[in-house]
Amino acid sequence: MTLLDTHIGLVEALRSAGLSVSLAEGLDAIAALERIGWHDREVVRTAYAATLVKKQSQRVTFDAIFDLYYPRLVGEGVAGDPEGSGEEGEPAGAVRDNAAALTTFRGELAAALEAGDDQRVQDLAVEAMARFGAMPGRGPGLSSWSAYTALQRVTPQQLVDQLVAGLLGRGAHPDDAERLAGRRVGEFTRLVEADARRRLAEEKGPEHVADVVVRPTIDRLDFTSARRADLEEMRREIYPLARRLAVRLTKEQHARRRGALDFRRTVRASLATGGVPLETHHRPRRPHRTELVVLCDVSGSVANFAQFTLLLVYALRDQFHKVRAFTFVDQVHEVSHHFTPGGDVVEVMENLAASTAHAARWGRTNYGRAFTTFAEQHADALGPRTSLLVLGDARSNYSDLAVDTLRGLVGEARHAWWLNPEHTRHWGTGDSAARAYGEVVPMVECRNLTQLGEFVHDIL
Amino acid sequence: MPSWFASPDDASSRLHATGYLADAATATTAYLAGALEKPLLVEGPAGVGKTELAKAVARASGAGLVRLQCYEGLDEARALYEWNYKKQLLRIQASGDEGWDETHDDIFTDEFLLTRPLLTAIRRDEPTVLLIDEVDKTDVEVEGLLLEVLSDFQVTIPELGTVSATRRPFVVLTSNATRELSEAVKRRCLFLHLDYPDAEREREIVTSQVPGLTDKVATQLVEVVARLRELELKKAPSIAESVDWARTLIALEIGDLDEEAVRRTLGVVLKHSSDHDRAVKELRLAAAR
Repeated sequence: MTLLDTHIGLVEALRSAGLSVSLAEGLDAIAALERIGWHDREVVRTAYAATLVKKQSQRVTFDAIFDLYYPRLVGEGVAGDPEGSGEEGEPAGAVRDNAAALTTFRGELAAALEAGDDQRVQDLAVEAMARFGAMPGRGPGLSSWSAYTALQRVTPQQLVDQLVAGLLGRGAHPDDAERLAGRRVGEFTRLVEADARRRLAEEKGPEHVADVVVRPTIDRLDFTSARRADLEEMRREIYPLARRLAVRLTKEQHARRRGALDFRRTVRASLATGGVPLETHHRPRRPHRTELVVLCDVSGSVANFAQFTLLLVYALRDQFHKVRAFTFVDQVHEVSHHFTPGGDVVEVMENLAASTAHAARWGRTNYGRAFTTFAEQHADALGPRTSLLVLGDARSNYSDLAVDTLRGLVGEARHAWWLNPEHTRHWGTGDSAARAYGEVVPMVECRNLTQLGEFVHDIL
Repeated sequence: MPSWFASPDDASSRLHATGYLADAATATTAYLAGALEKPLLVEGPAGVGKTELAKAVARASGAGLVRLQCYEGLDEARALYEWNYKKQLLRIQASGDEGWDETHDDIFTDEFLLTRPLLTAIRRDEPTVLLIDEVDKTDVEVEGLLLEVLSDFQVTIPELGTVSATRRPFVVLTSNATRELSEAVKRRCLFLHLDYPDAEREREIVTSQVPGLTDKVATQLVEVVARLRELELKKAPSIAESVDWARTLIALEIGDLDEEAVRRTLGVVLKHSSDHDRAVKELRLAAAR
């Protein structure tokens, strides 16, 4: 493959991953590469990133694809042991992979992780794949590599305790040690996975791997399919998102600021120009602030989604006149008091999580009972100035839906919406009552942060 | 064609000489911006040295700095150029019995043109760094104004014709990403995301900015700041704030950044009371205030 082919392949892969790389930007990249040398891979990466990636949230995707097209090393590299670089398909894995080798390897890994030697950990990740990650195929070209197999053999998670003990021995605080150990082992896992992708790309061609490895960027990732690390990252995104929304809203309000004509001021100002009203004056518009009532399902299946929406509502609290929040599984429980102004986000979320217990008596989601109890106990929350927001996947375990009660609630509120974290195509399948409820209240699909942000912007 | 920097390493060392410690990516991108003569869009959280980068480039290359501070409501008259209409009125009154044709040609000349930052930067003969600061604060329409300047380095004035740059300025745009810039602007720029630096580089920055700081305190300070950035805070401490903190420690003559000292001076880096409480809890400082 020539260098130009590689370049075109990279640009194509970036485009299919959703980055809008224009032809002009591709030419810029080539112009940039002419100016710098090829001696350092990181410099090449920087040049590509500067010319092709214009959004920081796309950087993760770019890095993954760049690693495929411009791999860190080929095969075992120069560091690999010479016997290991045999023909593919040859059952070398079985020879290299034995109990003794595993023990030695894990010892080395533990030492490197404890010392925090990044270069050594990187080398060991490559070695781990070479030794334990090979999946010999039945014929030539059928062999493959699996990060899962390698990690199953090496089991780095079991090294965490050992690592914590080691770090404690160096005088670290227990919490810090645990945090550090967790992060280093996570880093090793990530490196092994990256090396598996590199090997696959080398054998099968990068364009086959690119489609598989690319995950949606954090703002387009589904709430329901997010991993724990993703959730943490998403939580960090909430405040910037809230700030962006607030800025956008203020700007739009400024644009619409001119209200009705202020007759007195216009006449008074016209005196300066001999009674000719050259400039008209207008009354400022009164900002409209809604009262918001949030009713959210906090059962396991949608807990993440509820958390994010509550967090965003909480961050945008000053855009609303008043916010009342209720959580339910089968019982309704008010959580408004946790939303204290200027409060700490982490604490609020912990309190909310703790109060989930109050929302469940039987522990099975029951929308019908939740709506009924809400109507009985908190009917005063709704009024002609309030907007009702229901969050949930509408999966009610085939219980009574109490559609009429919900219709009553919707009728009392000024506006009502239902946010559903499921894809529209799943609505009404299985025990989902999305279609039935959707007839009563407008139901909106809200699967990721972008959609959530758009929705909140529209209702304000 | 005069080049701004000879190579990425040259960029790095010359920026370093002016007191700006650039990491490899920043130096490479700055070099490319100069070599390709493309504007450089710098994005990142507040206080990581976006504006400082432009100033450092100006210092390193001995160029003049022209700055356009963007704000909501910025318009053509304050970004590009404006006709000095008072002077034009005087000219018309002074002309007396001259015919309209001569006067008309006369009042739209260079003499009556008030240049604003963008035009100034383009017309300068000396090397120039043009800093367009906080470009995300402007309205979308202003981005349209920028397009001609950024891609062709020229400004079209209907009465005078097109003014092209005699010497292309080094353009730096900074943004806090409160608003997504339009694709058209982004396409014309090189992009650089500045983030909080790693511990080693931050220590260098702090010690170079605050000379009297001992190594021990600098290391402790950088460790605490790195720890704070990992917490879920409303506003993570920036580099500017860690430098401020170092200055505070010097002023208070604190020679050892122990828990007590951290607790007493935490207000320098954390500006929200809830952030403050969270830090006290997470860093296991004595809770009494």
